Amino acid sequence: MTATDTPPSAAPERRWGNGYELTKQEKRFIAGHVYVAVLALTVGSLFGPLQSFEYSGIDLYGLLDPVIKSYYQGLSLHGVLNALVWTTFFIVGFTTLAVIKGLGRPLSHPKLNLAGFWVMVAGLLMAAVPLLTNTATVLYTFYAPLKANWAFYLGLVLVVVGSWISGWGFMLTLAAWRKDHPGERSPFIAMAGVVNAAMWQVATLGVAVSILTMLLPWTLGLTDGTDPKLSRTYFWFTGHPLVYFWLLPAYLSWYGMLPKQAGGKLFSDSLARFSFWMFFIVSVPVGFHHQFTDPGVPQAWKFIHALLTYSVFFPSLLTAFTVIASLEYGARKRGGTGLVGWIRALPWSDPSVTAQLLAAILFLFGGVSGLTNASYNLNLVVHNTAWVPGHFHLTVATAVTLSFIGICYWMVPYLTGKALWRPKVALFQAWSWFVGMIIFSNAMHMLGLLGAPRRTPLGEAPYTPDSWDGHLMRVSIGGAILLVSVLTFTTIIWKTARGPAVAPELVPEVPIAESLRDPQQTPEWLDRFKPWLIGAVVLLVIAYGPQLVDQILHMSLNAPGPDFTPW
Amino acid sequence: MTGERKKMGIDPYERRWMIVSIALLVAFAATVGIAGFAMGFDLPGQDERVDPQTVATTPPWDEPGVREISPGVYEAYVIAQAWSFSPREIVVPKGAEVTIYVTSIDLQHGFKITDTNVNMQVVPGEVSRLRYTFDELGEFPYLCTEYCGRGHAAMFGQVRVVSQEDYEASQAEAAAADAGTEEGQ
Repeated sequence: MTATDTPPSAAPERRWGNGYELTKQEKRFIAGHVYVAVLALTVGSLFGPLQSFEYSGIDLYGLLDPVIKSYYQGLSLHGVLNALVWTTFFIVGFTTLAVIKGLGRPLSHPKLNLAGFWVMVAGLLMAAVPLLTNTATVLYTFYAPLKANWAFYLGLVLVVVGSWISGWGFMLTLAAWRKDHPGERSPFIAMAGVVNAAMWQVATLGVAVSILTMLLPWTLGLTDGTDPKLSRTYFWFTGHPLVYFWLLPAYLSWYGMLPKQAGGKLFSDSLARFSFWMFFIVSVPVGFHHQFTDPGVPQAWKFIHALLTYSVFFPSLLTAFTVIASLEYGARKRGGTGLVGWIRALPWSDPSVTAQLLAAILFLFGGVSGLTNASYNLNLVVHNTAWVPGHFHLTVATAVTLSFIGICYWMVPYLTGKALWRPKVALFQAWSWFVGMIIFSNAMHMLGLLGAPRRTPLGEAPYTPDSWDGHLMRVSIGGAILLVSVLTFTTIIWKTARGPAVAPELVPEVPIAESLRDPQQTPEWLDRFKPWLIGAVVLLVIAYGPQLVDQILHMSLNAPGPDFTPW
Repeated sequence: MTGERKKMGIDPYERRWMIVSIALLVAFAATVGIAGFAMGFDLPGQDERVDPQTVATTPPWDEPGVREISPGVYEAYVIAQAWSFSPREIVVPKGAEVTIYVTSIDLQHGFKITDTNVNMQVVPGEVSRLRYTFDELGEFPYLCTEYCGRGHAAMFGQVRVVSQEDYEASQAEAAAADAGTEEGQ
């Protein structure tokens, strides 16, 4: 760990944003996002264990009958509420905090952000009606020609549009800050949040076009059918960057907040920014790696997207180095020694830190299974098998979700002016998530390798061989532990938010990590949108342009789907 | 920009890590590329388009099943629909090289043959195609791997790989049965 060209001592005591205290109103606004998110996670997660119990032949869905009609309706709710609603609401709320606190100023157009929030809520309510009435049992990928009620699609569009509006609010606020601070590097956490919001605007064009030009006209009866292949291409244009939209706020915390919580500093401001820009340009033009086994897409384009997907791993590998180095710096300052012995000196008694460290550990394994998925022909072994949900329960359901849970452990007390309810219970919650997910996802990966399909009630499937039983049982055990864990989390948030107000000095601050090197030393090209935006558009046109043009020119809306409701 | 040029300030350890990372990813890419384009572990690609509403009555899809097109070389046409595959069973002799074509007449489905590299998304309007040589005797279930409604979990069939003698015997039997049916009419 040697010095860079500027000794660390030269970094000024710049405590970004800490000079600005959020108003009560701003805190309430952000907390509103978090409460919707936690509610979605709680309800959505109730269905996960039911799926996992079914694997062992214990079908509890029968008991839910008049409310929830089937395994698949539960699975649709699980996917939409956890993967889309919990993430999006949390991310928009958390980014609002990162922008305000990072820049040390209020939002430039608070009414715009307020409008964004309410459009998202309206969309959520609109999509909830068909989901709950079993008229949108199409899972969160809604592959055409599965045909949900139109309100489901319109609701999703509104959630996305609401998140765009909030994103414009973030961008305008950063622009206003820059006007007041010419020549200064934008504070990292604010910039990271805005980069993610900007990437999201590009990424969601795919699903917006799919719904507005194809699925809505079809469900409203204006057209007779859809083009399922084109709708898949549109979907995965959005579907893969979606995972980076989830992941980047966790990275924001790992780079820009967690080092502070661990007593350290951000190891490399330059490379932190560089990885965010890499995600900005290579997150989107990789969608065909979800369509490796699709007909109608030439192998050459699939291979090009496989290569581009490998290039997205590069910033994640950079992140692994910088985050571990930042944590090691903190741990050694706290007295940690040894090649790996310093790990014990991290503040493991802090549930917020522990949750995020455990999330990051499981992400290493999620990364490995993700590399497998991305590996062109190797994907044939695991495509559409239980391996895939095994993989994304390590990534979105742990790296992302357990990190967000960890963030909640300081953010909810901060926003409400309360103390975290029973930190020891929160520690239990983080560890139980970690253990439950190891059991669950390991068994899912094994089942996938044996050929078990994903999204299938394997307990009732006639072809399930006895040799899968041990793994199916472990899926159920993991699910049961996770149910306890998620309900513990909800209880902690509930009790914290309803607890008594405490003295201001007992309320946690927003942890903002300083950079080891003065950020002013970071090259200017790492703090400008224009070159990266141009790069992103050029790469997108090269990697997606020819196939999109070809598929749109040869569009045929000749797939009406079955003439009965298939679920 | 005035004054000295700003540098990224990359730590030497981090520089080495970056080099290792890039080397690793390049090695992975080369491996799957060579396996895919030189060794034949390939994916489905761009094939024929069909009309999902009429394909089931159009040759060769109107008679789904497997046929020998030259000695040892077979093609199989499979139609997927909610919630079954036609045919339910594909019987081939050991060593058969089979090109499998699958399409759907209603929803998206999946077609994965257990313990093989045959794994295809089945999309209405498109033909999915992969070639595979069955070198082992046994039964290889093919499962629907894409959610397609309430019967999804029961949607499967199987490839049965038999010895050459058994295969010839079963062909002769089938031919006799066919002849019998025709005589009976």
